[in-house]
Amino acid sequence: MGKILINGNEAIAEGAIRAGCRFFAGYPITPQNEIPAYMAKRMPEIGGVFIQPESELAAISMVMGASASGFRAITTSSSPGVSLKQEGISYIAGAQLPAVIVNIMRAGPGLGNIWPAQSDYFQATKGGGHGDYRNIVLAPSTVQEAFDLTLLAFELADIYRNPVMILGDGMLGQMMEPITISDIKRKPDSKDMVPLDKPWALTGCRNRKLNLVASFRMREGEMEKRNLELQAHYKEIVRKEQRYEAFNEKEAEIIIVAYGTMGRIAKGAIKRLEADNKKVGLIRPIGLWPFCKDVFTKLFKDNATLKKILVVEMSYGQMLEDVELTVLGRYPVEFFGRSGGGVPTEEEIVKKVLELY
Amino acid sequence: MEKIYNLPESLIDVSTHYCPGCGHGIVHRIICEVIDELNIRQKIIGVAPIGCAVIAYKYWDFDCCEAAHGRALAVATGIKRVRPANIVFTYQGDGDLAAIGCAETIHAANRGENLTTIFINNAIYGMTGGQMAPTTLLTQKTATTPAGRDAKLEGYPLKISELLAQLEGVAYIERTSTDSPKAVLITKKAIKEAFQNQIDGKGFSMVEVLSPCPTYWGLKPVDAVKWMREVMIKEFPLGRIK
Ligand SMILES: Cc1ncc(C[n+]2csc(CCOP(=O)(O)OP(=O)(O)O)c2C)c(N)n1
Ligand code: SF4
Repeated sequence: MGKILINGNEAIAEGAIRAGCRFFAGYPITPQNEIPAYMAKRMPEIGGVFIQPESELAAISMVMGASASGFRAITTSSSPGVSLKQEGISYIAGAQLPAVIVNIMRAGPGLGNIWPAQSDYFQATKGGGHGDYRNIVLAPSTVQEAFDLTLLAFELADIYRNPVMILGDGMLGQMMEPITISDIKRKPDSKDMVPLDKPWALTGCRNRKLNLVASFRMREGEMEKRNLELQAHYKEIVRKEQRYEAFNEKEAEIIIVAYGTMGRIAKGAIKRLEADNKKVGLIRPIGLWPFCKDVFTKLFKDNATLKKILVVEMSYGQMLEDVELTVLGRYPVEFFGRSGGGVPTEEEIVKKVLELY
Repeated sequence: MEKIYNLPESLIDVSTHYCPGCGHGIVHRIICEVIDELNIRQKIIGVAPIGCAVIAYKYWDFDCCEAAHGRALAVATGIKRVRPANIVFTYQGDGDLAAIGCAETIHAANRGENLTTIFINNAIYGMTGGQMAPTTLLTQKTATTPAGRDAKLEGYPLKISELLAQLEGVAYIERTSTDSPKAVLITKKAIKEAFQNQIDGKGFSMVEVLSPCPTYWGLKPVDAVKWMREVMIKEFPLGRIK
């Protein structure tokens, strides 16, 4: 397949289509408006469903309905809209349904502004909605990765019957890059299909007992039992689904931890520092939940020169807490972050690293 | 002798959790009778509300989905759009449909979603202990209007059916009651029409059923029915609205 020039938002939209998803519901919000526009055009062309609903509350509930029917379903938004989706995400997690939710983050709190930010990390990785549940969270740092991780998101959602969130930011959403498009080996969903791999799906009870999709567990002990099942499930995800990119990590004196767009900017800073003979490495979490704890544990054994860890975020320190919980005081953990309009630059990161030497 | 009154195939043979004299059980049964008569049980997907009928699916022998409080019509939209060949309906109380879910209700109706909605108006929140509903009558006492609903503070009983009837996407709206066997038969006829409309692809259809909540009206079941007939129906006139 050849390369196409596309922005991050469109890469996610095309990724969903290539994943066989034929259901999109989303309420407009900047900086992700290219996604609903793309879907509005493409979905009808390929027999899919596009809905612009009355709100994000409705959007996520529509996704729940489509997913309960056995269809791959996606909704996309940006920070304020994703706050509204938390109700539905909790129900989807509780009912053990797959779903893909995209948050192209902008600055907050409140209406904030439309500049890129990474300040919804807590919301994405710590639950966000009510109850003891987890989202699988994937954080692309390039347009190619936005496409690839969208394919992966649908796979993981189906495998674990769990919501998967793609956490990008406004910069990634707007950035144009050439990418290679790939297809997965799966027949796209089509209206009224009966998905054989989803025997729990609502299709009408023809020649079988009824199916029920619900999170409600009323009788004594039932909810606790369900919660223990979910927890066992999350443990398995933590064991199997940690994702990251690392380089120079074994011989570095300082390791930068940064994800998404910040991971990419940090790479540029590291190249500059290399030219200055500074040994700086990178760990770029690709999965934010589960967090890539294992690579850190390994690093602490393998790296004899490590002095400090620097976390860089477009926030005032959210992933920082997961890094601290992983490092547990074995090394000093420093932080540099901006959010609200400012994106940490390569120069600023270089300056911060030099200060740490 | 021939048995002429059977349990509908769509109704599960268990006793319900509803209070004595509650209208929910009656309407559950009618829905099941209609589904059997239209021979669509194997195509049905029901969406249950949050409210006293949250576990309606424990009594229904067909596929069902839960929805967050008020979001039943959004969930149903998601289902029906990918499964146009199935028959999808929501069952909702007045808090679910007309308060927290008001936006979802109006917009599903306005999009003309080819869905059927059974709307149980009991003028109160049953599940949470008898608080004011959007449909609570003026002067009606509830846990949150202890001195009676006051228009100055709480506004007026919301006529959501009349409101929805203004929308072009709406095919059919009727308000019925459960206050007598005759009223129940009329309700059944209306519910059948609402399902038939979906089969015929006519668009959004809703039946508002006035239904007693003796427990939180603070009345004996017999008096609750009397109150419906003498007070509630005056505020919510019965009949076809669209
Ligand atoms: C988001 C949310 N808010 C509030 C509640 C609590 N709650 C459950 S049911 C209900 C109202 C039920 O009233 P209605 O819809 O009229 O149904 P009824 O119980 O009378 O049949 C409320 C407020 C909830 N479950 N979720
Ligand atoms: S509280 Fe009211 S609506 Fe709920 S079951 Fe009892 S009578 Fe029915």
